[in-house]
Amino acid sequence: MSGKPKLHYFNGRGRMEPIRWLLAAAGVEFEESYLEKKDDLTKLRKDGSLLFQQVPMVEIDGMKMVQTRAILNYIATKYNLYGKDLKERALIDMYVEGMFDLNDQLMDYDYLPADKKEQHFANMMDRATNRYFPAFEKVLKDHGQDFLVGNQLSRADVQLLEIILMAEEFKPDILAKFPLLQSFKARISNVPAIKKFLQPGSQRKAREPPENVPKVLAIFE
Amino acid sequence: MSGKPKLHYFNGRGRMEPIRWLLAAAGVEFEESYLEKKDDLTKLRKDGSLLFQQVPMVEIDGMKMVQTRAILNYIATKYNLYGKDLKERALIDMYVEGIFDLNELFIYYDIQPADKKEQHFVNMMDKATNRYFPAFEKVLKDHGQDFLVGNQLSRADVQLLEIILMAEEFKPDILAKFPLLQSFKARISNIPTIKKYLQPGSQRKPPIRPEDIPKLRAIFH
Repeated sequence: MSGKPKLHYFNGRGRMEPIRWLLAAAGVEFEESYLEKKDDLTKLRKDGSLLFQQVPMVEIDGMKMVQTRAILNYIATKYNLYGKDLKERALIDMYVEGMFDLNDQLMDYDYLPADKKEQHFANMMDRATNRYFPAFEKVLKDHGQDFLVGNQLSRADVQLLEIILMAEEFKPDILAKFPLLQSFKARISNVPAIKKFLQPGSQRKAREPPENVPKVLAIFE
Repeated sequence: MSGKPKLHYFNGRGRMEPIRWLLAAAGVEFEESYLEKKDDLTKLRKDGSLLFQQVPMVEIDGMKMVQTRAILNYIATKYNLYGKDLKERALIDMYVEGIFDLNELFIYYDIQPADKKEQHFVNMMDKATNRYFPAFEKVLKDHGQDFLVGNQLSRADVQLLEIILMAEEFKPDILAKFPLLQSFKARISNIPTIKKYLQPGSQRKPPIRPEDIPKLRAIFH
């Protein structure tokens, strides 16, 4: 046993990607065990390893943790990326919950049937550019600091960078109207642990190519 | 200004109800401001009161908090209903996240189109009786204690009671196979603050009636 956290998921972003980002930003090395077919999920279920029969599951500190937010809360607290007090944590939680909502939309897109994609695309781009990015641009503008909360790196900064990069994959100029988010993106990308995660060969996952989608869906049906 | 938290939402359960439950369980008095029509939501948005243009919003301790989980995390921490350490918090988070997933299924039932309701009902009852309730029955069985985590009342117990009562509204005998959850339900219902919340005349909201749904659509569309 290596002592490193071990991630159980399919070899793709999905609901595990924010966890990979946060561990990487915290400088924590981790291992991964990939589900390739339905049997792999069945086996984990039969072992009693999955509290609600679902992945993500992360083996960490003697626990088999499930549920994305529970896992992220634990990692953020353990590695001091969750603010210094209750009020900072409240802000971080508000911001990341908004990001989760946008992340769900971005994530769902690749798995939608073809006839639903266009409407969904329009809706998610509208949400990104008219609801979420303006909110975070304003946060940065109002306090003028480098990080979203408390003048230090937190999970909110990591998750915001992740979501910016995902949105840019859909629309490369999506930050055109958000100068502070543009400089935020450059700044956070340069944090050494994050810069490393952004380089080729890291454990960061690519967007699912359309030809893989049926295989992923088959694991989970 | 009263100093009491002030809840902004429509006069119904929706995504605000877990927040009402937790405040009540903590013995915290709160006020409510109800959205009755679209203009009420528009006004809150124009005031800049809603970080992501959405309710629930709770005015508490000088903040205008949005996002259900952020609000619940804050209340739970402030009123000592979030475990005594990081490990207990990890368990609480895992449990409540499962409960949130089941709660989503219940929330969405009422707004399903007529031709989708039956399938949705079957699915949510299946998840309750084969995924979520067995998990919590096992937690109670494994440690033999009165509360889900750490031998003291936490938000996990409050949220579990809430979801049990909601499930019973759909299927009164849904706990038939779960004796420990039955005694859990009786025990947690008898906690003085919770007992008070369960009595007529409290701020607990009833299930939504079909005739209310058009009005809700008008506010949120």
